[in-house]
Amino acid sequence: MRKIAIGLMSTLSGLVLLFSYHTSTNSGTALASTGTTGGTTAGQSDGQSDGTGSADTSADGSTSSDDSTSSGSSSGSSSGSSSDSSSGSSSSGSSSSSGTFTGDAVMTRWGVVQVEITVKNGKITTSEAVQYPQENHRDVEINTYALPVLAEEVTAAQSADIDAVSGATVTSMGYIQSLQSAIDQAHL
Amino acid sequence: MTSRTARPGTDPAAPPALDGATPIVEQPRRSFVEQVMGLPMSVHVRGPLARDDRVARAVATAFADLRADDAMFSTWKPQSPVSRVRRGELRLEDAPERVRRVAALCEEAARRTGGAFSAWLPTAGGGHPAFDPTGLVKGWAAEQAFDRLVDRLAALGPHDVLLSAGGDVVVACARTDTPDWTVGVEDPRDRSRMLLTVPLRRGAVATSGTAARGAHIVDPATGAAPFRLLSATVVGPSLTWADVYATAAFVRGAAAAQWASTLADHAVVLVDGYGAVRTVTGPPS
Repeated sequence: MRKIAIGLMSTLSGLVLLFSYHTSTNSGTALASTGTTGGTTAGQSDGQSDGTGSADTSADGSTSSDDSTSSGSSSGSSSGSSSDSSSGSSSSGSSSSSGTFTGDAVMTRWGVVQVEITVKNGKITTSEAVQYPQENHRDVEINTYALPVLAEEVTAAQSADIDAVSGATVTSMGYIQSLQSAIDQAHL
Repeated sequence: MTSRTARPGTDPAAPPALDGATPIVEQPRRSFVEQVMGLPMSVHVRGPLARDDRVARAVATAFADLRADDAMFSTWKPQSPVSRVRRGELRLEDAPERVRRVAALCEEAARRTGGAFSAWLPTAGGGHPAFDPTGLVKGWAAEQAFDRLVDRLAALGPHDVLLSAGGDVVVACARTDTPDWTVGVEDPRDRSRMLLTVPLRRGAVATSGTAARGAHIVDPATGAAPFRLLSATVVGPSLTWADVYATAAFVRGAAAAQWASTLADHAVVLVDGYGAVRTVTGPPS
């Protein structure tokens, strides 16, 4: 897992080298560069491995561990967030539960979402949406992307060159609810 | 760009120093992440007290502000004022002041976008359109919490702040000895890649697209999800409006480029269904 995370980060910084030049220091809205249309491929499998790589992070409550480098270590402040079942579960991975846990089927505006996780020694190794809205194929990507998104915030915080990522990085609330109930079942 | 890039072993091709103009001092820095409104939200602070408890408390207050707005505006919480308006139990003009303020902003957003943004969305099953300000609330609430956080941090000395609300980002820099914040814009075709990066000291970057969540944006005119663009990213001075414009550009699809070129002080990046990337910059105001 560690390897995957490092691999992802070095890929990120490689891309940043390609695309970022330091054109403007103070103009508010200038764009640094227009990325040309790069190759696409391999999104799917990347997404999968990201999911695995990031499972650690979100199982620990979607905050990151301290990185030993000088800067950018992110420490999560604990959220006492009331009725939202989406706040990170704060239990540490001290339990050593293993197995497959299926979360509640959660009704969303777009349809039913249900998440299944596989746990080994108290850590989530995979998460998969076993039910998701089928109206259009893009929803399938909830499966591959939701977990990496949670990690991406933290990865971005720790990576050398990018402070934040702007994207359609919106995790379906239904996904989080179902994921949370699966995590609860696994007593993570 | 000093010691943060010099990570032995992982980054052999460290970039050369790009400018020698301003001496860049490495400031302490800290990040905070929470789930609010069903989204991962993160706050990043740079400055002398970044790792001090006073900063942590200021950030905790910002998250509390966001949760309060979630309770006010959520369409998922049956007892929120907005849910009550949607069910017809509460008239909009009797709703709390923040809800009325957002309703007025939604009207303005509809005007500014020629109707491409609307808070009155068709409901499932062809019912009457119901008030749904969700498309504006996230950016607006984040910007409100951010502005108050900036004020609170200013009382502690000059600090730089970045807030990311599920991929919509707003930044401010009170320091002059720090590098720009670097906001990466995700490639909607391959989310492990960055399309480009935006260096920013003040302002916002917002992206609308279908990649993360399925078709969560509907065209107010047809109730259908627009598919002509993969994503629309807007860079501008205000997160509220960058977010609204990104949604509107995404809804406009093929017509977005022409419209985006009229947005003063904004830059827009469009990725279409064929993967072509187009950047449009509006006139300076």
